[in-house]
Amino acid sequence: MISYAECSARERLALLLDPGSFHEWLPPSERVMSPHLAQLGVPSAFDDGVAVGRALLDGRSVFVAAQEGAFMGGGVGEVHGAKLVGLMQRALRDRPAAVLLLAESGGVRLHEANAGLIAVSEVMRALLDVRAAGIPVLVLIGGANGCFGGMGIVARCTDHIVMSDVGRLAMSGPEVIEASHGVDEFDSRDRALVWRTTGGKHRWLTGDCDALVEDDVAAFRAAAVAAIGASKPFTLAALEQEHALLTQRLHALDTADTTDRDEAELLWSALGIADAPQVGELSVDAVRALRTI
Amino acid sequence: MQWNSLVTQLFGPYHGMREDEDFLQGEVIFDGEPVAVIGTTNHAPIGVRLALAQARVVLDTVSQHPGRPILLLIDTQGQQLRRRDELLGINRAMAHLGASIDLARRRGHRVIGLVYDQALSGGFITSGLIADACYALPDAEIRVMRIPAMARVTKLPEEKLTALSQSNPVFAPGVQNYVAMGGVRSLWKGDLQACLREALAHAPTEDQRARDGAERGGRRLAASVVQRVLDAA
Repeated sequence: MISYAECSARERLALLLDPGSFHEWLPPSERVMSPHLAQLGVPSAFDDGVAVGRALLDGRSVFVAAQEGAFMGGGVGEVHGAKLVGLMQRALRDRPAAVLLLAESGGVRLHEANAGLIAVSEVMRALLDVRAAGIPVLVLIGGANGCFGGMGIVARCTDHIVMSDVGRLAMSGPEVIEASHGVDEFDSRDRALVWRTTGGKHRWLTGDCDALVEDDVAAFRAAAVAAIGASKPFTLAALEQEHALLTQRLHALDTADTTDRDEAELLWSALGIADAPQVGELSVDAVRALRTI
Repeated sequence: MQWNSLVTQLFGPYHGMREDEDFLQGEVIFDGEPVAVIGTTNHAPIGVRLALAQARVVLDTVSQHPGRPILLLIDTQGQQLRRRDELLGINRAMAHLGASIDLARRRGHRVIGLVYDQALSGGFITSGLIADACYALPDAEIRVMRIPAMARVTKLPEEKLTALSQSNPVFAPGVQNYVAMGGVRSLWKGDLQACLREALAHAPTEDQRARDGAERGGRRLAASVVQRVLDAA
């Protein structure tokens, strides 16, 4: 068993895809780098923190991108974002069996603030074009930096999300919320609370991810192989269903007495999950069996 | 600009738009044709509730009024920074709003975004930035994060970021920089009705922002990097 969380982006590509099949576009040797970091005195990377290319997965042609969390937390800058957009546009043109996004990102790279924000929205639009063309987009989330900010939204724009229990998927990081509203709002050092709020088990139980796996590269591979044909077009009916689900969830805690109760456990209970207080202690297999939706 | 003054200039004093807990909604008549208007005000933070409220109107417009143009009026301090919103999947609610707008566009609705006051990151990315095209009033402000918070997260000195924000379009919050980078198609000045009329008639349905950013010199690499990925052997 090899920890997915502890792998670099390139190790994930090497281990997850069919051996030796990854062919990279704009590899580090071409030195396509950020034009903005040098003036801040911040080191650049020869790949701007993301590798994109084509590969085989279980013998099928896929396009793939892997974000490197060790470089600026996987933050999306101008070039990083443009590589993702290029990959999506190429998928639209060449029609691979699927697009895989090995996401690990804090979202917009603040060092390139405005350019990063526009870039993330371009990624979102390009991805939605790929989906609309019936090409499934899969996202894998299990890196130490999680999948946050704009990339947390991008992830929810895909057809299929695979998460490990150590993976995190959300919008604002706990540190940002704590800095904004205080430690009573969100204690970012309370690891159990952070994972109950953003972690893989929670996202699985609420249906925010489609597969929950162990922190193991082989498990991620198997889940990706299983989902490769999982195209789920956005239709009006599908969006109405999504709307009803989210509306019901928004009101799930309205009537509950949350005094001295953990809100995650209350939400799981409201979803009909038995033994909600035990979820944190349960194995991935056991949690997988609990889902009600 | 106050939203009421804005819509009065655009649609006249009997516009019929209403505000309900920072949420703006209305069906207005413009050049004799109905337009659905959706927005927020008072720099509202966008949490699950406001994301769903906006998505509801978009979906209703798609199902009940095929083809009706949609105008998004943007004034937000960004995403709601609350633990409960994260627990409830604020990123999923925002993606749902974005996907709903995207569906409207694909079904032939013109979707125009207008930043009339302030726009920040999370509240903006699934509204104005996912419209056919986004515009702004000259006095509006668009940014990712306030400089003290940005300094804390990036661990760069606040003075350095403040200095850069005076000169560098990548950091500066002025809307003119977003025009230069292609994120905003143009600023609406003078006759706002003429601006809206032009937008409804000519806003591109394809994403041209990277190309605009290159042509305008504010974002020189994005378009060429996209092209290089497309052309790579």
